[in-house]
Amino acid sequence: MKRFNKAIVYVILGVAAFLSLFPFYFMFVSGTNTNNQILSVPPKFTIGTELIKNFEILIGKVDLMSATWNTLFISTVYTILALLLFSAAGYALAKFQFKGKGLIFGCVMGSMMIPSLVMYVPLFEMMIDINMTDSAWAVILPMLANAFGIFLMRQNMMNFPTALLEAGRIDGLGEFSLFFRVVLPNIKPALGALVIYMFTSMWNNFMWPLIILGSEEKYTLPIALAVLDGNPTNKNYAVILLATAIATLPILIIFLVFQKQFVAGVMGGAVKE
Amino acid sequence: MKDHSLVTRKTAPYYFIAPVVAIFAVFMVYPILRSLYLSFFELTSGEYVFVGLKNYQKLFQDKIFYKALFNTCIFLIIQVPVMIGGALLLAVAIEQKFIRGKSFFRTTIFLPSVTALVAYALVFKVLLNSDHGLINYVIELFGGNAVEWFYEEWPARFAIIISITWRWLGYNMIILLAGIQAIPNDVLEAADIDGASFWDKLFHIIIPMVKQVIIFCTITSTIGTLQLFDEPYILTAGGPNDATITLGMYLYNNGFRYLKYGYASAIGYVMTVIIAMLSIVQFKLTEED
Repeated sequence: MKRFNKAIVYVILGVAAFLSLFPFYFMFVSGTNTNNQILSVPPKFTIGTELIKNFEILIGKVDLMSATWNTLFISTVYTILALLLFSAAGYALAKFQFKGKGLIFGCVMGSMMIPSLVMYVPLFEMMIDINMTDSAWAVILPMLANAFGIFLMRQNMMNFPTALLEAGRIDGLGEFSLFFRVVLPNIKPALGALVIYMFTSMWNNFMWPLIILGSEEKYTLPIALAVLDGNPTNKNYAVILLATAIATLPILIIFLVFQKQFVAGVMGGAVKE
Repeated sequence: MKDHSLVTRKTAPYYFIAPVVAIFAVFMVYPILRSLYLSFFELTSGEYVFVGLKNYQKLFQDKIFYKALFNTCIFLIIQVPVMIGGALLLAVAIEQKFIRGKSFFRTTIFLPSVTALVAYALVFKVLLNSDHGLINYVIELFGGNAVEWFYEEWPARFAIIISITWRWLGYNMIILLAGIQAIPNDVLEAADIDGASFWDKLFHIIIPMVKQVIIFCTITSTIGTLQLFDEPYILTAGGPNDATITLGMYLYNNGFRYLKYGYASAIGYVMTVIIAMLSIVQFKLTEED
């Protein structure tokens, strides 16, 4: 390719990379400046000295500690449960023949087409009936009906060598130990992808927690952010962006450490037949 | 020995699948059916009264519902093609042989899609601020006029479109990248030997060979856009004058603000039918070959 064309391709990618990164930079830098500096034209782009002051205002406005703890608890419990349930289901769907398999897989796939919003009114009613609103479990349990996670696990289990299972059976392993001692240890990359996918989707989840969590001490980070932004008095963008940065940082770190699994999680659904 | 145990090779799959089946029955199948049932009822002073098709009839005369439907269609028609096109362009660019730092570009362009929708929407709210925002500053720097992003109907729609595109473009790019990498190398090399231009390769080899993946991206983006909620909730609160209200927000308002459970359920069912129809159309498109 000509040198000129090559340059164009680099420019396109460079602009895309810049536009992708800049809002992150702006978010992190703004937490260290004052509201006036952010809203001046042009805004201040360099690191300021207001970080501690902003942080003090922030923790006076929302209970950031409990929001972070709630989000961490909900995301972790959800991920562990999802990991166990979905890998078992995916294993059954990929490696066994049994009655009702087609129906179950059909239902799982079909449910991907159904907007989850449809379910929120009945789920809300249900949680009121069993007195579970405003609790972490009310957030976790309904989200376990997640078709994509099961599909992802099934796709990965399809490639699992059947010979390995047969060898285990000949060695006298029971079906459960076969699953826990042979299958799971051998699909670690796929489990990693699932963990990342489940954890981030719950960490970032907004609408269902917004519906089901009522009291401030139960709020998750996204709700705390929305509440902070929704308060019209003394809107302080430095404080809001600092909170946003704090809520984003853990996921960003997890992403940078587990990039491969992230990408595998996103690709898994699309590429393997 | 093991033959006497309850868990045999025959019964094992039932044990493995049972928890998921139970969860799906309680938290998926039941709510879907219950929602259909509720859509024929109205909640009056704490009691459900059967109203037949009244909720649906009301819905089809509801101006805000049509506006929400219109807004959603605008987002679909403009945002999805722009995003998928952009994602494809970037994926092809990264896959060019001479590009150095492939993983740097891949990572940075994917980065937006790990952020919480609420979080990035807040950042864009500040960037798009009409008097003090950076985006208007840049527009004015290049000689344009400042845009009232949140106070006028079309700019507000574009504020949403710009934000969603930033959040999801890299995500779709990664999926497309996987599709492009699956194209056998010798196919592209043969084209090179035949003297095919970049555009020849793009339109006659790459796009036809990743058609399935493009359709997958289009379907998932369509379903996502139809359910759009977080961004308009944070960025525009559906305004101005309901210009950015989405079906998801309208369902939320009816169900959880006005407690019209029956009406909200009817909105949900109309959404389901729309998604089902669009998905079928898009699937049919793939089957043609």
